Amino acid sequence: MTMKTSTRQVDGVTIVDCSGRITLGEGSVILRDTVRDLLSKGQKKILLNLGEVTYIDSSGIGELVSAFTTARKEGGELKLLKLTKKVHDLLQITKLYTVFDVKDDEAVAVKSF
Amino acid sequence: MIQHRVSYTMDSTLETVDSAEQAASRIAAESGFDEDEVMGISMAVREAAVNAVLHGNAYDPDKKVILDFETIGNDLIITIRDQGAGLDPNKIPDPLSPENLLKTSGRGIFLIRSFMDEVHIQPSQTGTAIKLVKHVHGTSAGAKEASQ
Repeated sequence: MTMKTSTRQVDGVTIVDCSGRITLGEGSVILRDTVRDLLSKGQKKILLNLGEVTYIDSSGIGELVSAFTTARKEGGELKLLKLTKKVHDLLQITKLYTVFDVKDDEAVAVKSF
Repeated sequence: MIQHRVSYTMDSTLETVDSAEQAASRIAAESGFDEDEVMGISMAVREAAVNAVLHGNAYDPDKKVILDFETIGNDLIITIRDQGAGLDPNKIPDPLSPENLLKTSGRGIFLIRSFMDEVHIQPSQTGTAIKLVKHVHGTSAGAKEASQ
């Protein structure tokens, strides 16, 4: 399953609903382009909903890091929502879980910005 | 005694990475590993294939990636070979160190070591072979590294 994203606005926060695989190639590029497009439009409060992400590889992890640091450099904030067990475990073993602000509840996540 | 062996010779393309992952997933499941182990093995093979295609062969259409799966006793042994310049395992940075934590690459070998029981990186002037071992029902606490 290829990577897909759709965006919606909730109380000034842009929620990016991601589904499929974030892997080297198309998946990573779609995520990168989506986040850069939002930042270029001044939408700097970004919540990546990863609840439907079925798989992520080291390239995808790198893309999450890139999105996080790019948003921060541009004065924005990027948080993660609803990690699957696989993604959660990968962020744990790579010690990135504590780097990202990870939320389980969308309403709580939106209010946290 | 070799019970089973399958070998693939593949082009240096992103499609090879997906094919290697899918083959690893199928063979690991057939070898009796549970769902989490199958996911880990297939991810390790994917990461090794990425290294072979991107960093080893650098997408060179004249260079191939050779993927071997062997079942020997209770071990699944997977070898991924490229025809590149050779990877120096001593120059692989630690992705967990604070200065590398926010880097956007460099986690592939770390993930491979995390999911496999043994990882042997064998660089040479004609390419790199990375040999991955997973014990069926293994209880190994972590990957052992041996460079030759």
